[in-house]
Amino acid sequence: MTTTVARGLSPVRQVLPNGAVALAQESPATPAVTINATLHTGSVAEPADLPGLAYFTSRVIDRGTERSTAEEIAEALDDRGVTLNMSTTRHTIGVTCSSLADDFGPMLDLVSDVTCRPVFPEDQIELRRAEIVTQLRQDQDNPAVRAVEAMFALLYGEEHPYGRPPKGTIASIERIDRRALVEFHRTHFVPRALVVSIVGAVGAEQALARAARAFGSWQGSSGSAAASSLEEVHSRLARAAGPPARQVSVTPMMSKSQADIAYGFVTIRRTDPSYYAWWVMNTILGQYGLGGRLGDNIRERQGMAYYAYSAFDPHVIPGPLMVRAGVDGANVSRTIAAIDQEITAFAAGGPTTEELEDTKRYLIGSLPRMLETNVGIASFLQTSERFGLGLDHDRRLPGLVSEVTLDATRAAAASLTPDHAAVAVAGPYQP
Amino acid sequence: MSPGDVLQSPSVRRATLDNGLKVVVQEIHTAPLASVWCWYRVGSKDEAPGLTGASHWVEHMNFKGTTNIPRERMKGIVERFGGTWNGYTWIDQTTYFETVSSVALDEMLFLEAERLASCTYEPAEVEAERTVIISELQGGENDPDQLLEIEVTAAAFRAHPYRHPTIGWRGDLETMTRDDLYGHYRRYYRPNNASLVIVGDVDTDEAIRLVERRFGALEAGPDPKRVRTAEPAQLGERRVKIEKEGTTAYLKSAWHAPAVVEADFVPMLVLDAILTGAKGLNIWCSFRGAAPQRKARLYRALVETGLASSVSGAMLPTEHPFVYGISATANEGVPLADVEGALAVEIDRVGQNGVTPEEVERAKRQLRARTVFENDSVTNIAHQLGYFQTVASIEVFASLGREIAGVTADQVADTARRRLTSSARTVGWFLPVKP
Repeated sequence: MTTTVARGLSPVRQVLPNGAVALAQESPATPAVTINATLHTGSVAEPADLPGLAYFTSRVIDRGTERSTAEEIAEALDDRGVTLNMSTTRHTIGVTCSSLADDFGPMLDLVSDVTCRPVFPEDQIELRRAEIVTQLRQDQDNPAVRAVEAMFALLYGEEHPYGRPPKGTIASIERIDRRALVEFHRTHFVPRALVVSIVGAVGAEQALARAARAFGSWQGSSGSAAASSLEEVHSRLARAAGPPARQVSVTPMMSKSQADIAYGFVTIRRTDPSYYAWWVMNTILGQYGLGGRLGDNIRERQGMAYYAYSAFDPHVIPGPLMVRAGVDGANVSRTIAAIDQEITAFAAGGPTTEELEDTKRYLIGSLPRMLETNVGIASFLQTSERFGLGLDHDRRLPGLVSEVTLDATRAAAASLTPDHAAVAVAGPYQP
Repeated sequence: MSPGDVLQSPSVRRATLDNGLKVVVQEIHTAPLASVWCWYRVGSKDEAPGLTGASHWVEHMNFKGTTNIPRERMKGIVERFGGTWNGYTWIDQTTYFETVSSVALDEMLFLEAERLASCTYEPAEVEAERTVIISELQGGENDPDQLLEIEVTAAAFRAHPYRHPTIGWRGDLETMTRDDLYGHYRRYYRPNNASLVIVGDVDTDEAIRLVERRFGALEAGPDPKRVRTAEPAQLGERRVKIEKEGTTAYLKSAWHAPAVVEADFVPMLVLDAILTGAKGLNIWCSFRGAAPQRKARLYRALVETGLASSVSGAMLPTEHPFVYGISATANEGVPLADVEGALAVEIDRVGQNGVTPEEVERAKRQLRARTVFENDSVTNIAHQLGYFQTVASIEVFASLGREIAGVTADQVADTARRRLTSSARTVGWFLPVKP
């Protein structure tokens, strides 16, 4: 019995005349198509005094374009059962949607329109501003968000874009005007920063031809100023090293039921040759089974938390490895001690051969699941393109994971030292 | 595959073992994966006072070792095959799944057969899990929206056990014993109370043979007692107001909803799509993303007017009549009374003027599209087969597409008029108090 995914992906790629990249993979499993248009810009590109500008921009681009009013966009989406998912990270702004295959053409034109030609109507800006302010107020009441934001500020410093809240602050959101939104879009939404991936029940060549029509004539601004300023930002940020000594912050929220802990380190870039060893190492530390070694200790043995795990997020600059747990206020000190203990032991001894082999088998075996859905494949193609991993990355990935050695995993684990961790607690806890 | 195709599809096979275990197999050869789900007809509605949360706690215990799979060997049993696993408990059902390399089908069936019959419930593990579950409950309490939902649901039901939360009341979680949990497990975890669903890159005959081998010898038990309580008609509006430290005000409005097998279910589904956008029917995946709702009536009345930052509706397929809930988050500075007033105007407008044929057609198109999107993986397809098998039947699932297509604007309006009345609603306010 042969299966589509077992044979591997066979994406096609085209650089459009304006420098944008289009990728397509046919996958006829369901009569649907996913479009993922990602711009390589994000909150790192914001001016320091306007945090939240990237997020705000992403919330308004789909509310009116040169070709369609907000009302016409609403109709085009709702009539087809389509939701535009706008995502903003520190390094990307993405528009993703899935539609029935019959609706692919009009949806691709719509995604092109909102990406390339938004007009930022004043009334829509005010509505989205009020929504963002309410979201920020909700975040202030959320111990998980407070702990993670405090940890990033400790880890990278408040001057670093990673140290600023990605959705901005109420003061900055209230300051952002239409001119700032238009300017951010003009500067950073440029063809050279755009990658469009299309996956689903449409022929790959046909998808590329349609993408070329939808995006190929878009000129945008030259983008050279944006690209060089972004490169300058990345090279400046590449030196991020984390705090010279352990830093701790506590945000007391005494009316809450549970405290959230975020405990992190600065790690490596995604393109670092040791990436795969780090990925394996983090899986052993805080993912495998129910939260790896951390979950075994904090949840399974001590029964202190419903969730205890670690997440590893390297990008074009050294990203964080973050341990997370939610515990009763009375157990905060015990939990931090358990994290210290697990990390110290892991840094000193590294994983066992059995852990290494189990984890490698797990990660290699997970690939078919990662690539089962259109959304999963579209996102995988974006990552491959962003980091230059090649169109055959899915076929090379098992080999790259297989080659990870015990020594390389130990070396990655050894760089985690609790003496240099940033530790943030938010919730019903006072030291 | 849309729901309507299920019964016609030659790739869906159903069987029942002699011990009563229902088996559903669907071959899909897109990826070298198999998704195995084992479903039990037991949820929080089956819990007596003092034992609330038992079904969910039992679910947690059933990951902690069996007679033939000691605790330390549980870890990695699915991961070795590149798999993912999980489980959940809700008001009508408890379920467990593994999605793995299809070569591991037999290992997964062994795991599920062990889970059905041979979990050990070591007292020390029960105690360790007590605090994990209390931690899960506390995590939920951190979210004002979840707190309000629990209060509104409890107020909407006087008699039916849907009134208590799936996680249970804290007092019960503190006092329940190992034997309470083990007794609950033995009562409901029987082959004649379970359904096994296998979807993926498998051979149907071979899969059924393997199921026979792993489950065939397990003994049936007495049929569990079923909840008979019918919630009496609500005669007057009920209101809940939580005043608690916070930053944001939340509104919920709930009405008694039809069970999935009732004639009103599909008109209510279409009504919800018109009011808040169609989510689809898969609670495992569809409710995680936003609905297409920019043309929906309540989105326009609450969000596009600046009163609320979000609005959503939940019309879920359940075995007994549950609630239809609408939730809104008030924008900073907007009084909840204004949000509630605008919501009431829209509900009244549906009652007085009905809905338009265009709105009904849009809702149907949305529901058709969502049904395709929510069946995009072997995991999601298997969930839908098992969910409907457990709370109703696969026939009900298969008929939904046809029923949705046949709904008329008059039916939707009539259902709204009868059901969304002010005297039968329960309204909840979360009012933030400054620290």
